[in-house]
Amino acid sequence: MEIRSLSIGRVREGLLARRFSAVELAQEALRFAEAQNPATDAYLRFSPERALSAAARVDEKIARGEDPGPLAGVPVAVKDVILTKGLRTTCGSKLLAEYVPPYDATAIARVEEAGGVILGKTNCDEFAMGSSNENSAFGPVRNPLAPDRVPGGSSGGSAAAVAQGTAALALGSDTGGSIRQPASFCGVVGVTPTYGRVSRYGLTAFASSLDHIGPLARTVRDAAVLLQVIAGRDPLDATSAEAPVPDYTQSMDGCVKGLKLGLPREYLNGLTSETGDLIAAGVATLGELGCEVREISLPATDYAIGCYYIIATAEASSNLARYDGVRYTFRAEASGTLSDMYRHTRGEGFGAECKRRIMLGTYVLSAGYYDAYYLKAQKVRALIARDFARAFSEVDAIVAPVSPFPAFKLGEKIDDPLAMYLSDIYTITGSLAGIPCMSVPCGNTTEGLPVGMQILAKHFDEPTMFRLADAFERARAN
Amino acid sequence: MKITEKEVRYVAELANLDLSDAEVHKFQADLDEILGHVDRLNEVDTEGVEPMTQVLFATSDDSSWRADIERPPLGTDLALENAPQAGDGYFKVPKVIER
Repeated sequence: MEIRSLSIGRVREGLLARRFSAVELAQEALRFAEAQNPATDAYLRFSPERALSAAARVDEKIARGEDPGPLAGVPVAVKDVILTKGLRTTCGSKLLAEYVPPYDATAIARVEEAGGVILGKTNCDEFAMGSSNENSAFGPVRNPLAPDRVPGGSSGGSAAAVAQGTAALALGSDTGGSIRQPASFCGVVGVTPTYGRVSRYGLTAFASSLDHIGPLARTVRDAAVLLQVIAGRDPLDATSAEAPVPDYTQSMDGCVKGLKLGLPREYLNGLTSETGDLIAAGVATLGELGCEVREISLPATDYAIGCYYIIATAEASSNLARYDGVRYTFRAEASGTLSDMYRHTRGEGFGAECKRRIMLGTYVLSAGYYDAYYLKAQKVRALIARDFARAFSEVDAIVAPVSPFPAFKLGEKIDDPLAMYLSDIYTITGSLAGIPCMSVPCGNTTEGLPVGMQILAKHFDEPTMFRLADAFERARAN
Repeated sequence: MKITEKEVRYVAELANLDLSDAEVHKFQADLDEILGHVDRLNEVDTEGVEPMTQVLFATSDDSSWRADIERPPLGTDLALENAPQAGDGYFKVPKVIER
């Protein structure tokens, strides 16, 4: 069996036909991933013991004639901001280099309950802050399709592992585009579900009103199956939604005729590059499938970046206050008073991007600026959400680019933080509104760099989003 | 300038961040540029708009409640396992009060 191109369906078929055991598959997958990893550094560490014992449980279930679960034996990579009990979880930060979580995130527990085999933890921007994976304290990840380029961020390692074939599935996290943008850069499928759809218990908090856990996979179907497993109410996360989880694969019937799609005018203005041409071709494919495409307007788009970088940094400055040298492994040496210890620990422990965001967030929340920045941003956020609500009264889904450009070169943008922030424009709006959005591969540039197309839908309307993405993927495969 | 060097140093103090002089100057320039962009929000008329504090959905009144059932906690030993310094079941920190 070809490890590089495993799918959930193929693994299941092989296991049930007894062509291989889950343990054999896990051993082979680990060997392959460890051998391939130096090309990208997508993984920070592997978890062979955990993987083999999860695989052994799958084999026992099969031997007893029980259903081994929807992810039986499937190799999964996990972004290193999601807690794994007993398995080091660093968040890409020097501060947590030695941190070993005392419990599992709910998403992790659900993946393993479903038979998934966690191979290891993947690299990411420090505390998920970045769009290139260059902000990791443990070095960058290289794009498997172009080693001199970034894989995107912040879930860069997860996207690279799936693209490289060293995992069939991966979990990532998304606050302003951190699943969709690397999925687009690496040519894989990446899904940011509706806010609250997946429990965040055990996800290291960055910006709590925006954080999501979501799947990355090589096909729309596999991403949908993984979301099915991790979605749903969790008593351990009061912000997880109660809404019942529909059967996502059932919605993928290829039937998209008559679906009304909106193309936001504000997203296409200025998108003159090859990316724009590929998105236009993607939209044309959807038109050929019988979708009715019309132009729509999301007038508050221009203000989304400013709005996001106020809200996200304000929340981050508060969430990151806990890393003070008392509870989480790292403490600066030669600390004087308690207050010196806090300051030195944080000054030495955080990387440049985290510091920049803590500074910005602290500033916008500080006395005299709260109303002018934070409150104002929350009002603008309401307008952005209102734009989408209005659009969805006319259309079933929205189609858009994911990023203004394909994967850029390592080092190309790292010295210009504002330019890096501005490149998040197409993904940030959906995050602010809390709606489900995904990136689906939409072709390659002449240089061979993948470009993703974004599909956005109403709150909890993942079924329509998956139906479209799956139909598009099939049309492109033919 | 949107933000002075003095303000940068003050904010760093609020955030408990020890910054080098080079960092202070770099962040002053970065924050200045970012705040310049963010200022565009003032062009937006938000008169009468309720701030969106989080993404809310129609749910039942008790949707964020759970049943009041005891669960075993992590326990002191496990909770202290990642402490840089611990003893007698406590997190240890440098002396806070001078004698």
